[in-house]
Amino acid sequence: MTTASPEYALEISALAKTYKGGFQALKGINLTVEQGDFFALLGPNGAGKSTTIGVITSLVNKTHGQVKVHGYDIDTDLEKAKSFIGLVPQEFNFNQFESLLNILVNQAGYYGVGRKLGFERAEKYLKQLELWDKRNVAARTLSGGMKRRLMIARALMHEPKILILDEPTAGVDIEVRRGMWEFLQTLNKQGVTIILTTHYLEEAEMLCRNIAIIDGGEIVEDTSMKSLLAQLDIETFVLDLAPQAQPVTLAEVTARQLDDHSLEVDLRKNDSLNQVFAQLSAQGVKVLSMRNKTNRLEALFVNLIANKKSTKQPNQSSTVEA
Amino acid sequence: MNNSIALKSILTKEIQRFTRIWVQTLVPPAITISLYFVIFGSLIGSRIGEMGGFDYMSFIVPGLIMMSVITNSYSNVASSFFSAKWQRNIEEMLVAPVPNWVIVAGYVGGGMARGMLVGLIVTLVSLLFVDIQIHNIWVIIATVTLTSATFALGGLINAIFAGSFDDISIIPTFILTPLTYLGGVFYSISLLPDFWQGVSQINPIVYMVNAFRYGFLGISDVNITTAFIVIGVFIVTLFTIAMTLISKGIGLRS
Repeated sequence: MTTASPEYALEISALAKTYKGGFQALKGINLTVEQGDFFALLGPNGAGKSTTIGVITSLVNKTHGQVKVHGYDIDTDLEKAKSFIGLVPQEFNFNQFESLLNILVNQAGYYGVGRKLGFERAEKYLKQLELWDKRNVAARTLSGGMKRRLMIARALMHEPKILILDEPTAGVDIEVRRGMWEFLQTLNKQGVTIILTTHYLEEAEMLCRNIAIIDGGEIVEDTSMKSLLAQLDIETFVLDLAPQAQPVTLAEVTARQLDDHSLEVDLRKNDSLNQVFAQLSAQGVKVLSMRNKTNRLEALFVNLIANKKSTKQPNQSSTVEA
Repeated sequence: MNNSIALKSILTKEIQRFTRIWVQTLVPPAITISLYFVIFGSLIGSRIGEMGGFDYMSFIVPGLIMMSVITNSYSNVASSFFSAKWQRNIEEMLVAPVPNWVIVAGYVGGGMARGMLVGLIVTLVSLLFVDIQIHNIWVIIATVTLTSATFALGGLINAIFAGSFDDISIIPTFILTPLTYLGGVFYSISLLPDFWQGVSQINPIVYMVNAFRYGFLGISDVNITTAFIVIGVFIVTLFTIAMTLISKGIGLRS
């Protein structure tokens, strides 16, 4: 029996996985996630994200290494470790022919939650996730966004301390996605540790406090979101201007006028937006709105993966999805 | 972790599954068995005369009930477990702290429930054709319980190895059906030449059908104690194999 170490929700050390046929999906990764964290695990397709989640949840047998969940080693205390985790997998994996209520109440039962309490929790989460009116229909009749929400409700039926979501917002519209973000933020504020993989880097930047980037079965970055974003040297903003006759000129910053109402400005880490606005005001230019040209995290992500690739052999490649 | 709640949940799910599709699971055995009674019992049976001291219709009733129990307990688990693998909802159980024996017991229990419910339906249908006598109710209950458990375990192992829906029909078609038909459902193995009587002794279904027939009619081609020992050995062997496969994650974990 291992002793629980309370500060970490998840501890992974030297975790490796080699599939039959020799593909090495994980090459001895180390990772820790603190309790209460909102943690992003990012990486291109085939990087090892889903394998990592699979090992943590016992769907994939590891080759070697150690995984502890709330201090419980999955080799010696697997059932205890599992009881802390709620999983929202990437693919829909519920019985398409069962009703939502049956799916949820049965899932609660697998964790030792009785049917009466199971029905109460099913009502609670189906209402919170706006699925209550669908409770008696077969799961196959739900839309994609509803199916994603059903899987979140299912993962919460035993009220886990850790919620692992493998691309939970893939293929859902922006309104549903934002609703899910709010729901996850509320859960996190209630103390649930959330580990998220996503291809929407904006999602990771907005929700997560800490981040690990995995590529080719190795962790290439493991830091706080703040530190990662601080690595950005230059950030590009697009300013929408009120139409004017005279071209805009800016000193000490690089700027490009795209047309008579759009200006693109590159700011270095120590530059201030105030100096840009001051110069524009002095020229009588009115700024209507402003936005980042590219997602900041996306730029970093692409750079990190590209840097790693440049150290590989020329014939090695992987797909970057962002 | 309350394992009894997990077990009850799997059992409930399994029973809900086959009762939800009752037209596919409960009605066909009743129709099939009615045809057997009409053809083998009324039409051909009347020309056969007595077998084992009973009219042919009474003789084949226990075997026909047992045949339904065997095929339904097997196919229920094979189909349900393979569907759960195929739709990947088996992962609901694999990620939960459900011990492997609870998963095995839950699915086997579901298969037994369907096998025995179909057995009951077939028994009720057979009452339309023949008066059923009962020699020893406890032998009947023990035989039907253990036989349904044996074949539910067999269906589970089949589903664990199966990679496609075709794979769960190969064993029933090429192994289960011949063994059942050659298992003394329609005849007493004492009618066979000595060599084939010996061969029949290695068919486990012979022991199940005869023990079940003994419960109804008080006659059997095999020793009843031997029959229960054979069934017991099969259950222990199949349970051990099923547990080993699930523990190793064969066909379930990468």
